[in-house]
Amino acid sequence: MFDITQLLDEIKASPYEEIVVTAPHTGVVTFADVREGTRVIGPSGTWKEKKGTLLATIERERNQKPIHAVEKGEVKEVLRHLEGAFVEAGTPLVRLRHFLSKDEVLAIILKKALHLFVAPERAKYYFAPDVDKKVKASGASSVSLHEGMDLFIMSRMKREASLAYSGPSGVIYAVYFQHNENVDAGQPLIGVCPPDQLSLIEDVVARVQTEWEERE
Amino acid sequence: MDTEKRTQHLAERLGYIRDVFGGKHNENIALLDSKLQEFNLRLSEGSISDENAALTTLEDLFDFVERKLEAELTPMDKVRIVRHPQRICLRDILENVYDNYTEIGGKDEHSIDPSMLIARAYITRRSGKRTINQPVLVIGQEKGHGEEFRNGGSVKPWGNAKALQYMKVAETEGIPIHTYVFTPGSYPVEDYPGAAQQIARNLYEMAGLRVPVIAVFSEGGSGGAEAIGLSDRRLMLSHGYYSVISPEGAAAIEGRLRHGQRAAPELIEKCAQQLRITAEDNLRMGYIDHVVTEPPLGARPYHYDFFRGLRQEIIRATDEVILGVKGFAPFRAMVLRRRRGKAETMDLDNMYVRWSLSSSAKDRLVNRRHRKFNRLARNAARDRRPVLRKLSNMGWDAWWDIYSYFKYDLLRKHQQKIAYLMEEVEAEAQVLMEKVAAPWRKITCALPGGACQSSEQTERELTTLSDWDEEGQRSGNWSYVSPRAKEDRAITCPNAGSHGCLDLWAPDLFGEFAGVCTYCGHHFPMEYQWYLHNVFDEGSIFEFNAEIEAGNPLGFEGFDVKLEQAKKQTGLKSGCVTFEARIDNVKLVVAMLVAPFRGGSVGAAEGEKFVQAAERAKKKRYPFLAYVHGTAGIRIQEGTNGVIQMPRCTMAVRRYIEAGGLYLVLYDTNSYAGPLASFLGCSPYQFSIRSANIGFAGPGVIKETTGVDIPPDYHRAYRALSRGHIQGIWDRRDARMNLKQALLTMGGRNLYYR
Repeated sequence: MFDITQLLDEIKASPYEEIVVTAPHTGVVTFADVREGTRVIGPSGTWKEKKGTLLATIERERNQKPIHAVEKGEVKEVLRHLEGAFVEAGTPLVRLRHFLSKDEVLAIILKKALHLFVAPERAKYYFAPDVDKKVKASGASSVSLHEGMDLFIMSRMKREASLAYSGPSGVIYAVYFQHNENVDAGQPLIGVCPPDQLSLIEDVVARVQTEWEERE
Repeated sequence: MDTEKRTQHLAERLGYIRDVFGGKHNENIALLDSKLQEFNLRLSEGSISDENAALTTLEDLFDFVERKLEAELTPMDKVRIVRHPQRICLRDILENVYDNYTEIGGKDEHSIDPSMLIARAYITRRSGKRTINQPVLVIGQEKGHGEEFRNGGSVKPWGNAKALQYMKVAETEGIPIHTYVFTPGSYPVEDYPGAAQQIARNLYEMAGLRVPVIAVFSEGGSGGAEAIGLSDRRLMLSHGYYSVISPEGAAAIEGRLRHGQRAAPELIEKCAQQLRITAEDNLRMGYIDHVVTEPPLGARPYHYDFFRGLRQEIIRATDEVILGVKGFAPFRAMVLRRRRGKAETMDLDNMYVRWSLSSSAKDRLVNRRHRKFNRLARNAARDRRPVLRKLSNMGWDAWWDIYSYFKYDLLRKHQQKIAYLMEEVEAEAQVLMEKVAAPWRKITCALPGGACQSSEQTERELTTLSDWDEEGQRSGNWSYVSPRAKEDRAITCPNAGSHGCLDLWAPDLFGEFAGVCTYCGHHFPMEYQWYLHNVFDEGSIFEFNAEIEAGNPLGFEGFDVKLEQAKKQTGLKSGCVTFEARIDNVKLVVAMLVAPFRGGSVGAAEGEKFVQAAERAKKKRYPFLAYVHGTAGIRIQEGTNGVIQMPRCTMAVRRYIEAGGLYLVLYDTNSYAGPLASFLGCSPYQFSIRSANIGFAGPGVIKETTGVDIPPDYHRAYRALSRGHIQGIWDRRDARMNLKQALLTMGGRNLYYR
């Protein structure tokens, strides 16, 4: 078992993600009007259909290709000396610093701390009837799991099969799937937390919720 | 009526005037306001000796001012009248015009679509001493002022489907249909059955309804209006409007406004003026038959005289239609004719006309409807053919009529009978032969190299649709190459991010690859010339009616210049190119809507060319292909001249299909709005090239009217396919092969050319 508090401290020490924007292919680079400290936004809109801030343009064979910011954040470094130069694919152009939001931090911690039970194949998943009853009555965290227990009904093409749980015993802490939506194979269905760690995790979550300062 | 009620009523009338004129005629409004306030003040002080007389004077003043203002109404004022919450709605008409009614298909919010109201109603008439209840089916949009669930009369696709269902019920029962158009336009959702698709279906079915249909227009906005507006007699309320687009929408297009911007009121006013949307304008252009006069400043629910008048007009219109196709009714027809344009002389309630038709009368009714719509808008297109050419064309038409009659109607019928008989005999013989020859075949098959192994190749050819593969096809040797291929540059496929397509060199992409990304199959838009040269047989294209020219029938300001520009740029005279061509020696007639010519929008000229192409295909017994390179919808600058092309072309297509023709539609690039919601959408065989976007309204319009954001791929061809709008999606390079396949398989044996 690793130390969650330590993980949190690590994240706190560097509360951001560094994103290096590289050249997608060879070409001549022209930087847009961004400099160190410029705030950029990532793709937006319901379907992420609106592009993020323009960072640079790369041109090859008279084909201009815009490079947009992929996440919200702050420009940390623009490699200005490349302006007008012909670069190879993969050359770093801009470094962005994306500050983690509460939800992202929580997701990182939970994904590391919890045991993830993944979907074995693409199908729709439902809790088994008795589990479902419990979940509906008093929440997913009231269900204690043990190896070999019937947990899910896997439903695909009018065929329903029960799916047994395998992994360490514990309670369901996070639910990652939705009713009536297909889950791809390998995607997590639930995050399981051992009972002895439950209070610790709850504590960390509470701490993140209250202490984490979101930086724009 | 007591004093309080009457003053309240006056206050409402004042508010109405204020709303309708929106900032104009303030001195008149101020006058009425001060008089009303003065009266109220004196009333509360008790200083009026005769309340009744004073009130009557005040009411007379209101009447006077209303009549005065009536003369100064602008088209935009009429639009505001129609949209006003105090405007009469279908409920009022059902209450006051009909003697009894039952709502069917749901009620209020417990309905499939509350904005479409359907009712079985009665009109009671007397014949001598006998009282007769004449049933009619009333269909119309209900604005239901203040009732959110009605969407202000914007009908969703399933509402139009409901209307169509009950129209069929009326047809079964043989009762006339009265439709009331109270809609600013249809609700632009693509969910099944799809806004455009359903309107197209409605139009197609209404074109052949075998019962009289009378339509009354109050607020008629484009597709929504057409969905129930196709009728034998079209009446219009004098303060209504019938238009291709709302004045605001027209102003947004004219002013080239970006998303979210508002047009200036002056521009909106001007557009309303130029679109010629009022009853008088439409009567003059012939798109409605009769105007029902409303009281000054428009009918409101308390105008009982108006309802009485409307009832008479409705009855008269129904009588006229029925007597027009009935065999025997000389006196009654004469009475109706004589009454036209005269003041009230006879109560139609006391003249009985049976509202049912014999089978032959029904045929005449449908024929008449087709003729009526075929005549409409003929003069709105400019036909600059010299007289001699026109005469020779007419001669050719006549010759084709005679030729087709002999070849197909006279000879083919007997030929077919014999052919069918022969087929039956042959099939019987085949079975017999099979039995006899079976032992012999068994022996030969057992020998090595026997003839009974079916070739895999033949089997594949017979059972699978053609699929793009490099070998055996043209492998990039296209006879037309896009000018974009001359540029020395690379192009990135839009799917590069998700599919990892490499950049394509423009000469390759637009030359050899026919504008298709070789990595993911994404289709870049292509010029219409590509199809002209690469789909049809070399040198087989023969264009006709090229001289019919798009014009500016309404004199829309600045439109002449734009048209000239479009003509110069494209070298075409209108957005529709009609020609005869061959695909692998199968002759066909093609009408092509060309996107570069003002977005491929359809106006009077395009409609006329389309109708004539359909007629030609019918005359010559050729299959008819509508190749939609792109269409932005109905040309708004032509107003109702454009919108009337929807029912008109649909009827032409229906005549063609009913005569036994094969009507195919193939979409390319972007196809939206009116044409899709009528003559294109009604085809049972609609296909698309992968580059197509298909829908009723563009994303901007949907956002504007419904406030809902739509996904970026909402209109892509694959979404249209899954919604059931189109029947298949083709690779551009396969267009020729697939068209050939479609011509050979979908026509069926009753097609003329087979």
